[in-house]
Amino acid sequence: MSLVMDILTICAVSAGALFFLAGTVGLLRFPDTLTRLHALTKVDNLGLGLIVLGLLPQTSSLLFAVKLVIVWLLVQLSGAVVTQLIAGAVRHHGADG
Amino acid sequence: MPSLLLGASVFVLLTVALGLFAILRRSADVDRLMAVQLLGTGGVAILLLLAVATETPPVMDVAVMLALFAAFAAVAFVRDASGASSEARGE
Repeated sequence: MSLVMDILTICAVSAGALFFLAGTVGLLRFPDTLTRLHALTKVDNLGLGLIVLGLLPQTSSLLFAVKLVIVWLLVQLSGAVVTQLIAGAVRHHGADG
Repeated sequence: MPSLLLGASVFVLLTVALGLFAILRRSADVDRLMAVQLLGTGGVAILLLLAVATETPPVMDVAVMLALFAAFAAVAFVRDASGASSEARGE
């Protein structure tokens, strides 16, 4: 059972780290502001989500695991709100605003 | 397993550092803010990996603070941007 959990951790954490790399490359290479924003949300959702999913089997107590999920939910919520705010600002004031 | 998690946190740190090059390359403030948002999310991921790898749950509280500050920074930026443009229009 512990081997299965370890394999889940390795797969999910590696995939999450890969999404961080993909988001960074997107942030550097995509042509305009809104597409770069799109790359950034992939990091927020999939990158951090997969890393938290991979960390869950390694936690020592239930409280620890619940806290991990709460941190993930906080980042998820704030990421969604912030992305909408930035996109709205870009739409109203152009990319310089 | 702790060494793998530590390795993953170093990898995420390097990618986030790479993402900060966007601040140097782009002139628009929005792109710079996005690099800082990436640093915020990456910092949360690094701190969570460290908290589990070293079995120090308090590090997780630092991750919560970082997530909050990243959100506050973006809200402050958007408020500032909308305030500046309405002054420019004379409102």
